[in-house]
Amino acid sequence: MSKHFKLKRGLDIRLKGGAEAVLGSAMQIKTVALKPTDFPGLTPKLKVKADMQVKAGDALFFDKYHPDILFSSPVSGTVKAINRGERRKILEIVVESDGKMESLVFAKADPSALSRDQVKTHLLQSGLWPFLKQRPYGILAKTTDVPKNIFISCFDSAPLAPDYSFILKGQEKMLQTGINALAKLTDGKVFLGLPDGNAGFFGQLKNVETNIFSGPHPAGVVGIQIHQVSPINKGEIVWTINLLDVLFIGRLFETGKIDMSKIIALTGSEVDAPKYYPTIHGACLEGLLANKTKKEVKERFISGNVLTGTLVEHDDFLSFFDHQLTVIPEGDKYEFMGWADPGFNKFTASKTFFSKLFPKKSYVLDANLHGGERAFVLSGQYEKYLPMDILPVYLLKAILANDIDKMEQLGIYEIVEEDLALCEYACTSKVKVQDIVRQGLDLMMKELG
Amino acid sequence: MKFIQKFFENTKPYVQKGAKYQWLHSVHDGMFTLFFVQKNTSKSGSHIHDYIDLKRTMGLVVLALVPALLMGMYNTGFQHFSAVGELSGVGFMEIFLYGFLRVLPVIMVSYIVGLGIEFVFAQYRGHEIQEGFLVSGMLIPMIMPINTPLWMVAISTAFAVVFVKEVFGGTGMNIWNPALVARAFLFFAYPSQMSGDSVWVSLGGKQAIDGFSGATPMAEAAAGHPNIDIWNSFIGLIPGSIGETSTLAILIGAAILVITGIGSWKIIVSTFAGGAVMGLILNSFAGTNAYMALPFWEHFIIGGFAFGAVFMATDPVSGSQTERGKWIYGFLIGILAILIRVVNPAYPEGMMLAILLMNTFAPLVDHYVVEGSIKKRLKRVKVNA
Repeated sequence: MSKHFKLKRGLDIRLKGGAEAVLGSAMQIKTVALKPTDFPGLTPKLKVKADMQVKAGDALFFDKYHPDILFSSPVSGTVKAINRGERRKILEIVVESDGKMESLVFAKADPSALSRDQVKTHLLQSGLWPFLKQRPYGILAKTTDVPKNIFISCFDSAPLAPDYSFILKGQEKMLQTGINALAKLTDGKVFLGLPDGNAGFFGQLKNVETNIFSGPHPAGVVGIQIHQVSPINKGEIVWTINLLDVLFIGRLFETGKIDMSKIIALTGSEVDAPKYYPTIHGACLEGLLANKTKKEVKERFISGNVLTGTLVEHDDFLSFFDHQLTVIPEGDKYEFMGWADPGFNKFTASKTFFSKLFPKKSYVLDANLHGGERAFVLSGQYEKYLPMDILPVYLLKAILANDIDKMEQLGIYEIVEEDLALCEYACTSKVKVQDIVRQGLDLMMKELG
Repeated sequence: MKFIQKFFENTKPYVQKGAKYQWLHSVHDGMFTLFFVQKNTSKSGSHIHDYIDLKRTMGLVVLALVPALLMGMYNTGFQHFSAVGELSGVGFMEIFLYGFLRVLPVIMVSYIVGLGIEFVFAQYRGHEIQEGFLVSGMLIPMIMPINTPLWMVAISTAFAVVFVKEVFGGTGMNIWNPALVARAFLFFAYPSQMSGDSVWVSLGGKQAIDGFSGATPMAEAAAGHPNIDIWNSFIGLIPGSIGETSTLAILIGAAILVITGIGSWKIIVSTFAGGAVMGLILNSFAGTNAYMALPFWEHFIIGGFAFGAVFMATDPVSGSQTERGKWIYGFLIGILAILIRVVNPAYPEGMMLAILLMNTFAPLVDHYVVEGSIKKRLKRVKVNA
């Protein structure tokens, strides 16, 4: 019987523009790209040059320090460009699709019958390995590690998040195969975090241990679920993967091919008709967004959700781990005496605006900071949005002081940026919480390896 | 509003670093951000941010102080006209106006001196002007006796802002509550002017009537003959510092702070609880000592107990910052305040010293709460190992 965790702390940010449970028509995707910048701490080494022909599953680049971790093309076609930034840092490897979706052929196999090493090799060669994330630090899983457990959240509680049960409808078999493959990689268990109530077929998946989580966001964030089920101690390693990415693994073992087509949610207050669209991993946003936004105000495009997503341009590409696109107003304008506004129309986590009196209404939020950056002044604010037994402000201060011992003692191993994203949203002093967390994780990796 | 925005935008280039009026940069920035929430948008991390900022937070605290301030003004007039024996001849507005005109200069001195120093420091350090002093600047006049000379207000404000706040790094970094230190500075630097019975009631150059004492109920209680008019003490028609007398108005302020979530209800509740416990303990040892026998709730309506519990102890920067620590911190303030009041002969008001003392010990309280969290984590490792 699965355990039910009732989380109290957190907040559901009621934004306008949630995706309707309707699948829009597919658009032709001309280009896709992989962005090494989606992986913190990765040093990419190219395997291809511009104008080379590739098939889906052909490696585009690999991890310099772990050369067996390959990152492969989601489509067949021609390598169009390798875009570099400052100091020739590789930003994007762009592949122009030939529309044929030809894939390298891998062996079809039932993962339950394979050994751990065989499953590993399969995932590494096909380029699906990078979907596995390691905790602590939220980085690429290392091929030499055997994780204590693998954790998968079966729902996304972030604002305007896609509904997993809608996207994965009818994919039970593929998903089960993917999970069977993952189960081979750990000596422990594969833990699924189910939503309370309508868990769809996720509750029937086998070869897993399930837990139920209810409560406001971040109940669906895998880091919070890990903390509730089995918090990470020093020296322990667990892996996480997005349930939607498990599908790719399932397809690989079922069909022997790389099929990186996926369904994403196009959401946000500036989208005309927010709904779901079929597309491809790493797809160019230009085709996805064409004629779909209102264009009434200056728009901000986010690959992912409003709390943790990546800021992108309209001709940029979908980030590696994202299944959602959000469009909100940029909000780069002055507001007269904004801080003194009674605020009937301003959603807030605090209790200082009259909007608090309307608990059902949803709101348009823009990307304005709504105030200047300050030192930590208020206390007890972050704790309300972090359902973990951690003292977030003390941890952040330890990070700012580069105090490794304190960071360790206060629980740095248990968090990654997304776990504290809500604190950053609610912060009165506009502290850049996620940047600080990443800074701390980077320091820990550098010092302790 | 467009033209104000245009004015600030157009003048901005002139106050940048290296430009002609760069020494005005922090003033320009301070005024611009006061009038307009800036157009800065999120560059990394979360794309959306809450509408609340430090200006609104501090603005709400000032708003919560307003009822106590207005009552303080009225009471200043009320005490004046009662002392000179003209109360029956004047109307409500006249009483209020007298107090208003007496209190306003104190507020102005506090803000002008404090903000002036803030602007200079912000300019010198190259950071934005911070909002902390909006509250401190209002708290300082409210805890002064009405007859405090303005130059003393100015000196104590300057002392508090420079030595309690700016040397530690500005808003959010201070160890003690700046407003309370301003009061403590006066109390210890000018004891002859700051205590006794003559500072609490503004006579305005007139002769007091026969039998007028001007002593606060607390001073009378400390002298061994408590004579508390409960109703007047609750409403705030007793001699005392400008803002501290009206328990009713302070409770309205407390409601604003608690409803908006800006003041910690835990600290407020635990401070009163601590005061009640100490009051009861003293009662049991009272014997013939009338002050020790005073019911605990009468302690709450005289002196600065309520004001301190609601507006001073709840200062998030100098108070305890962990949730568990807040209970301990507030409780000890309550205990110490009543203890100092009743047992110590030198200081009639224990609240100021109790809060400053606990400000000093708040980091220690927090330290043990944090250690508790660390120990719990270590224990988990051992259980698993």
